[in-house]
Amino acid sequence: MQSIILWISYIVGSITFIIGLKQLSHPETARRGNLVAAAGMTIAILATMLFYKDENGNHLHNFGWIFGGIIIGSVVGWMAAKRVKMTAMPQMVSLFNGMGGACAAIISIIEYPHMAIMHEWNIVAVTLAGLLIGGTSFAGSMIAFGKLNGNIGDKVFPAQTIINLLLLIATIGVGIYLTLLPDTNMTVLLIMALMTLTYGVMFVLPIGGADMPVVISLLNSFTGVAAACAGFIYQNQIMLTGGILVGSAGTILTILMCRAMNRSLLNVIIGNFGGKAKGAAGEKEKGTVKEISLSDAAVLLSYSKKVMVVPGYGLAVAQAQHTVHELEKTLEDKGVEVKYAIHPVAGRMPGHMNVLLAEADVPYEKLLEMENANDEFPTADAVIVVGANDVVNPAAKTDPSSPIYGMPILDVEQAHNVIVMKRSMNPGYAGIENQLFYEPKTRMLFGDAKATLQKLVSEVKAN
Amino acid sequence: MNDLLNFLFLHKEMVFIIILSVFLGIEVISHVPTVLHTPLMSGANAIHGVVIIGAILVMGSAEPGNYLALILGFLSVILGTLNVVGGFVVTDRMLEMFKKKK
Repeated sequence: MQSIILWISYIVGSITFIIGLKQLSHPETARRGNLVAAAGMTIAILATMLFYKDENGNHLHNFGWIFGGIIIGSVVGWMAAKRVKMTAMPQMVSLFNGMGGACAAIISIIEYPHMAIMHEWNIVAVTLAGLLIGGTSFAGSMIAFGKLNGNIGDKVFPAQTIINLLLLIATIGVGIYLTLLPDTNMTVLLIMALMTLTYGVMFVLPIGGADMPVVISLLNSFTGVAAACAGFIYQNQIMLTGGILVGSAGTILTILMCRAMNRSLLNVIIGNFGGKAKGAAGEKEKGTVKEISLSDAAVLLSYSKKVMVVPGYGLAVAQAQHTVHELEKTLEDKGVEVKYAIHPVAGRMPGHMNVLLAEADVPYEKLLEMENANDEFPTADAVIVVGANDVVNPAAKTDPSSPIYGMPILDVEQAHNVIVMKRSMNPGYAGIENQLFYEPKTRMLFGDAKATLQKLVSEVKAN
Repeated sequence: MNDLLNFLFLHKEMVFIIILSVFLGIEVISHVPTVLHTPLMSGANAIHGVVIIGAILVMGSAEPGNYLALILGFLSVILGTLNVVGGFVVTDRMLEMFKKKK
């Protein structure tokens, strides 16, 4: 009877995962979907503790340790997730992903000796796959966390791709050795674990910070597969379902994210902006930029019928989301229609700008996706680009040697006037020149986003 | 090759689940708006925390004297729980920001 209850709870859990994921893909049901999946997870965990019986009919024991571990993990996880700033959310996803990968890897390490003795090579191979994939995901996720947190830079060195590939092959080689000649002496296993961790680090280290979201999504699906490996060796249906669902959905999501940047996954992993040198050697013909004064900008905005705001990472760095909302409200009071154009990869993660602006209570309906925004630019009197650079760089359309070539951008030059707010003429995250700044309709407004916006608000109010 | 097929057939239900789950995973996240990419990734992250069940099984079957299994198992339970709890809470925080203001 107990095994039946357990079986049913695993079915319920798996269903909640499927429904949860489905609901997470629609804005109206997203929050509910998260809770549904969480409920199913809880049911599955509790049922396992209460009703699981192994081949010999034994229940689980060591409940003191188990509960202790769950309590520690819950308290630390809850507090870390609740306390962290919204702008640190992406690295938290990476951190918790790494935890899952490490969990799977440790399970494989503990189970390898049993599998090596009792089972044939196939199960041993799956166990070692769990170690390889989980360990890579753990190490890689930690590096991704560091990069997004600003602690780690991009380390590129010659022949990197080859070295990484050789390291991967060598690690798999050790795995094959351990599969065919199972050795309950843990030394070789630990060597494989260390090689796996090294590979995980080397895999993510050269990839640019701007590409971290794609990498995290990829590592997310890796951890899913690692969880499935663990599920396979325990013949546990819910671990298998949950793991493969995430492995599969995560892979598709990674591909979708790459498409939004119009780059291939391979290019993200290996490319690391090889175009940088070429791009600099390309367009040298620049011209001069024209500046606009605060008062002129205020007049331009106040007497526009429609203004569009293009937020970028600079807005997040300056923490100016509340100030830009104030500007929006001030303009709207004067009868100016204000909308925001959100590029899919503006900021550090898809949705970054949305979260930032939502925190400032900007109404959801004012945020336009790229296609809709591009339809509206021709009828906009003015566009304010706040701390965004690559997403409005025309080189994506005109310069085949540019690293961002082919990426769809926001067509701000279709508007009547463009005001670009930047701290200086320094290149943006991709490190390339932006021809937009030299276009005839563009005016530069230099300064810190928050301070400049604040002054703009006062000037507009005075108009 | 024969070996491999026999192995897969030995675990035929598991293989079946895997194949169906792959297609299911692809299906449930078709047509995701870009703005939901990150919360969805975070939600999926929490779901693969189901690996904690494996950690519980390891811990739950560890022999009293086997300190390596006990300590590593304890660690893996903590890590798995961090994945689950942290994952769902982070996802909820991201989605909280998407409420429409009435």
